[in-house]
Amino acid sequence: MNVIETERLTKRFGDFVAVDRLDFQVARGEIFGFLGANGAGKTTAMRMLCGLSVPTSGTARVAGFDIGRQTESVKKSIGYMSQKFSLYDDLTVAENFRLFGGIYGVPSREIPSRTDEMLELLDFRSEKNTFVKSLPLGWKQKLSFSIAIFHRPGVVFLDEPTGGVDPVSRRRFWELIYEASDRGITVFATTHYMDEAEYCHRASIMVDGRIEALDTPARLKQAHGAASMDEVFRNLARKATRRAD
Amino acid sequence: MERFLSFAKKELLHILRDKRTMLLLLGMPIAQIVLFGFAISTEVGNTKVAILDLARDEASRRIERDLDASRYFEVVAHLEDAAEVEPLFRRGKASLVVVFQDGFRESLLRDGSAEIQLIADATDPNTATVFLQYATSVATAYARENQPPAAAPVGIVPQVRLLYNPQLKGAYNFVPGVLGMMMLLVCAMMTSISIVRERETGTMEVLLVSPVRPIFVILAKMAPYFLLSCVNLATVLLVSVFVLDVPVAGSLPALVLVSFVYILLALALGLLISTIAATQVAAMLVSGMAFMLPVILLSGMMFPVESMPAALQWISNAIPARWYIAAVKDVMIKGLGFQAVAKELAILSGMTVFFVAVALKNFKTRLE
Amino acid sequence: MPALDVRDLDRSFGSTKALEGVSFSVEDGELFGLIGPDGAGKTTLFRILSTLLLADRGTAAVDGFDVVRDARKIRERVGYMPGRFSLYQDLTVEENLEFFANVFGTTVARNRHLVDDIYRHIEPFRKRKAGALSGGMKQKLALSCALIHKPSVLFLDEPTTGVDPVSRKEFWNILANLRSQRITIVVSTPYMDEAILCDRVALMDDGRVLRIDTPDGIVEGFPGPLWIARARNMHALLSGLRDDPDVESAFAFGDAHHVKPRPDAKDPAGLARRLEERGHQEVVVAPARPGIEDCFIEMLGRKVSA
Repeated sequence: MNVIETERLTKRFGDFVAVDRLDFQVARGEIFGFLGANGAGKTTAMRMLCGLSVPTSGTARVAGFDIGRQTESVKKSIGYMSQKFSLYDDLTVAENFRLFGGIYGVPSREIPSRTDEMLELLDFRSEKNTFVKSLPLGWKQKLSFSIAIFHRPGVVFLDEPTGGVDPVSRRRFWELIYEASDRGITVFATTHYMDEAEYCHRASIMVDGRIEALDTPARLKQAHGAASMDEVFRNLARKATRRAD
Repeated sequence: MERFLSFAKKELLHILRDKRTMLLLLGMPIAQIVLFGFAISTEVGNTKVAILDLARDEASRRIERDLDASRYFEVVAHLEDAAEVEPLFRRGKASLVVVFQDGFRESLLRDGSAEIQLIADATDPNTATVFLQYATSVATAYARENQPPAAAPVGIVPQVRLLYNPQLKGAYNFVPGVLGMMMLLVCAMMTSISIVRERETGTMEVLLVSPVRPIFVILAKMAPYFLLSCVNLATVLLVSVFVLDVPVAGSLPALVLVSFVYILLALALGLLISTIAATQVAAMLVSGMAFMLPVILLSGMMFPVESMPAALQWISNAIPARWYIAAVKDVMIKGLGFQAVAKELAILSGMTVFFVAVALKNFKTRLE
Repeated sequence: MPALDVRDLDRSFGSTKALEGVSFSVEDGELFGLIGPDGAGKTTLFRILSTLLLADRGTAAVDGFDVVRDARKIRERVGYMPGRFSLYQDLTVEENLEFFANVFGTTVARNRHLVDDIYRHIEPFRKRKAGALSGGMKQKLALSCALIHKPSVLFLDEPTTGVDPVSRKEFWNILANLRSQRITIVVSTPYMDEAILCDRVALMDDGRVLRIDTPDGIVEGFPGPLWIARARNMHALLSGLRDDPDVESAFAFGDAHHVKPRPDAKDPAGLARRLEERGHQEVVVAPARPGIEDCFIEMLGRKVSA
């Protein structure tokens, strides 16, 4: 079953075609890497998929809802995490869960038990009443992700999720993503860091508003005779004619 | 010098590029002065007056005529009976009723004083006060003219004269007030914001690591705002002279000098704020709260310092705008010159030196 | 005389120790990397070296000048590019460069040749406001601004953060070029893969220097062998690996897991067999050459257990 399906999804700003006829599907539980240089159109495409921006033409369905007509339903069935942690620093871990649970319509009776469950999974029970601001960066990242999937969305969008953390924390973060994917949550991640693309089940590379390549990292590397995704990316992105965003 | 010019040019570009802020900075003084000058005027103009003339003599009619002729009062009704007064007020037909008692003229000429009863709509206390002063002066003038010289009255005839601002024009109060407020806003707020912005965006880091001396960075930042304030000073003065009919009665050089000192002081305050505030928003709030309110409330712009409780008067001494406004009033309205504002000038200069010293001491050439 | 000599620097912010006993030196004309995650102390170190911060303890000298006593002299010979590209967003490319040239008492016309290689990439956009540039172009402009006064030492704080891989690659090419002009460069980055592009690197974490060496030297220093493991279900494989008696640690590493075997472990084949016996499919376990990132993880692990 596909959680994301786009059909000739296009966004124009005046004469400028930011996103040009995207056609792709992402399956349930898949970890999908959405790559591209600055200005390639990643952010614009992701905004449309999150229901924050209306396509100029074409359609897309996210979690079964049309992104143009059923925006509210789309928003309820997705989770979102950006590089800038959307956590409240001056609230405790548990308070953040309660707050975001409430925002995303998790029944208030369920919030405490789900919070415990989530903290158990993170091995984080002892920090339940710690203020977020006193947590190390790696922990904040994991917490942000847990909050993004707290309402059990069908798909979670990660915008440059792991910048700046130490290598161990980064790996732990990806393990968390694997776990979510095992439980059937689709993960749609944008990133600049090609070594992260290697963790994805499949990855697409956008150049000048179009998807130039889409496959498993192994097959992409094979097709380009490259040792790493970084090389694949540079091969493709070099063809770009526009570079500004 | 070349370096300084390039700095100042950069600052000027920042201001010029931010069209909205620039318009605000240049338009605000005009808007404020027009607003204060016309809309929020405390002036009395065309107050509707009803007359209950029980005397019906020459003196009472003379006062009536004078009232009606002045641009501040308009006689709208002549009443026959005291019972008519209340309904009139309730319908809002008049805000002032003047009652001349029987035998008004005789009493005036004989005793040198006579009673006029004023019934005023106290929701507008200003009107009554102004009328009282005005009517007293008309009555006094009449009494003086019509008194046979031989029968010069014994005792003192109260002679109320409104000095400097005979028509009690609001603009006379507000022009100095707006000047005092605006300079602070433009200089203190904008300087502090622009310094804090450089810290926020990280460009200050690069400037501090450069061989340029910090004092140089600061001076270059201040220069365009100094210029802008001079433009504003000129606009406000032009508007007040040509639109609001508030002349610069005294020495213009004195006015300009005291304004320059005040602008410098405002710039120093801006610098001081920038050393305290961590973000642009904080800088704006600090300059807004710490300066605007005291200036409006305690500087004598809205409420005369003399009628404040002693404690507030004492506090108002520490508010630079108070001295500036006092000096501007002395020069613009009272028509005085340098000697008259020497005290204010000295106080403002002292404050400027103090704030510059504190600001420079607090201005970190390193990050913390 | 080394271009940079840092000894026992300590610096705290409140109860947080940003730097603890940091010492290293950088040779003239060296491209030296400070590699570490956010919070490792890289920015604090740069600020101390560029005289913006005072250390609590220890000394540092740039080109032989003490960062406290001779701050002014250092400010004349250092080019500093802070973490966020410190440009005036409302000024054009040209105006930014001209301004920073003037700040350092020179002009673009006089020193244009110093930045020509970099500046020509962005020159077509010279009338554009800096705020409207892409990350890669901002980075190049900021570097031009830092170079326009012919500094002898260049401090670059995370110049490649938030920049796409193509621009990152270009940027490192530019740095290699600058090094050939014998400018000493100290550059920080959170990306381990950029470490191999430096002459020497200091791996930093939590305010301390874990190791200073050439990239090759660091890799050589990895204790014992390293294996990579793949299977059809990578996530299940990870727990399978961690449960195995031969495995000391295992981490997801992109398309393969990296496994550090215990010292007494036999060979990869044995591990693969045991995994298949436990139901993992298409298992591949093979020896591999460790990367900088493996070394970093290994050092972090030792720090935790120590």
